[in-house]
Amino acid sequence: MGLENIEPFITLYLVQKKSNPTGLKNLSGLVDKMTTLSTEHIKQILSEIPDPEIPVISIIDLGILRDIKWNGDVCHIAITPTYSGCPAMKIIEDNIKEKLQEAGIDKIKIELVYSPAWTTDWISDTAKEKLRAYGIAPPLHSSVDKGLLLGKTREIHCPLCNSQNTELISQFGSTACKALFRCKDCKEPFDYFKCL
Amino acid sequence: MNIKEATVEYLLRLGDSSLIIGHRLSEWCGHGPILEEDIAMTNIALDFVGNATAILTYAAQLEGKGRSEDDLAFMRNEREFRNLLLTEQPNGDFAQTTARQFLFDTYLFFLYEELKSSKDETLNALATKAHKEITYHLRHTTEWMYRLGDGTEESHERIQQALNNLWMYTSDLFDMNEIDQLLIKEGIVPDLLHVKGKWEEHVKKVITKATLKLPETNVKQKGSREGKHTEHLGFLLAEMQYVHRAYPGVKW
Repeated sequence: MGLENIEPFITLYLVQKKSNPTGLKNLSGLVDKMTTLSTEHIKQILSEIPDPEIPVISIIDLGILRDIKWNGDVCHIAITPTYSGCPAMKIIEDNIKEKLQEAGIDKIKIELVYSPAWTTDWISDTAKEKLRAYGIAPPLHSSVDKGLLLGKTREIHCPLCNSQNTELISQFGSTACKALFRCKDCKEPFDYFKCL
Repeated sequence: MNIKEATVEYLLRLGDSSLIIGHRLSEWCGHGPILEEDIAMTNIALDFVGNATAILTYAAQLEGKGRSEDDLAFMRNEREFRNLLLTEQPNGDFAQTTARQFLFDTYLFFLYEELKSSKDETLNALATKAHKEITYHLRHTTEWMYRLGDGTEESHERIQQALNNLWMYTSDLFDMNEIDQLLIKEGIVPDLLHVKGKWEEHVKKVITKATLKLPETNVKQKGSREGKHTEHLGFLLAEMQYVHRAYPGVKW
């Protein structure tokens, strides 16, 4: 166990000692339980949760999972919503609860954190490659400027044939986070993950 | 009235406006003039309803009377709603919806830009989040203003008529009362006069470029701050609140 894994062990040890001053029951059982409940381990478990709409990337790839903390024996998970009305957030919340319950954690508190505001800049480069391989053009690095207001579009490469000869069909695509583009070379339509 | 109560009132103004306009846009679902617009309007509606949910959840929490965001959305009556009069105006044709959205999106863009520096941390965070989405909305409706205004004879006529019809509701956007004064002093909300200046500038610029005329009217409809609404809100709420009220306490 690394040093960062000791803290929850100590917390639970103290909680247990306080409530059970005559002695620790099942210390070995406690130790066993503790080694599966480190925040690193939990992060690993949660990294298996895919985005419901785009199954090739996880909620960690997307930067949706912000923090994992133990508060006594309650596991606190902080997530941040992507788009305000994203219907996938509810599903992701349920999936998190399910995964943690499978791992034997039943005291869970999921908190929606709005600040700092989610941005596509949090999507890792490897995740962007996974998006491209899946057929979705990944978001460019954002720079919030008046350019958007004046209607300037950036060059988006076709994820299928890599041509730059693409055009925007609609800023609003199949989901809240995607725009609809068309490649003028290979003639295929594709989704672009919008910069936010 | 203390700061907390004033903040709750203000949050209702923001949340209700997003909720009502989100509902109006959702009415286009399946009826859009072209598929891309059907999808665009419903996507935008989703952004607004999500924003309303976040704001009303915060309002309910702050109010501390045991109400939830669902109670606020579905169990209040017309006189308790604080949405802008502009937002409850019917969709009409695509030009009427576009004109309404353009005037409202411009307002929201500049208002939320100011709210990003609110001293209330939660409001600040929600505004920062929503502002990014509002930027996309404004771009969308601005482009449609150009296409319709500088389009065919018919589209030009329809969008001009729509602007003329809706203009009387624009003064309601900048109405302020003692709640604003209290919250402005605390640095929680902006002075709407600042927002008005920027709104007028952008609206004038776009209307001119769309070859349209800036409407003139002496009629200035107001009253949303006191819950005094146009006749449309009642019908809207009857539809929007029906299922929730018909099955009280039901859980999905």
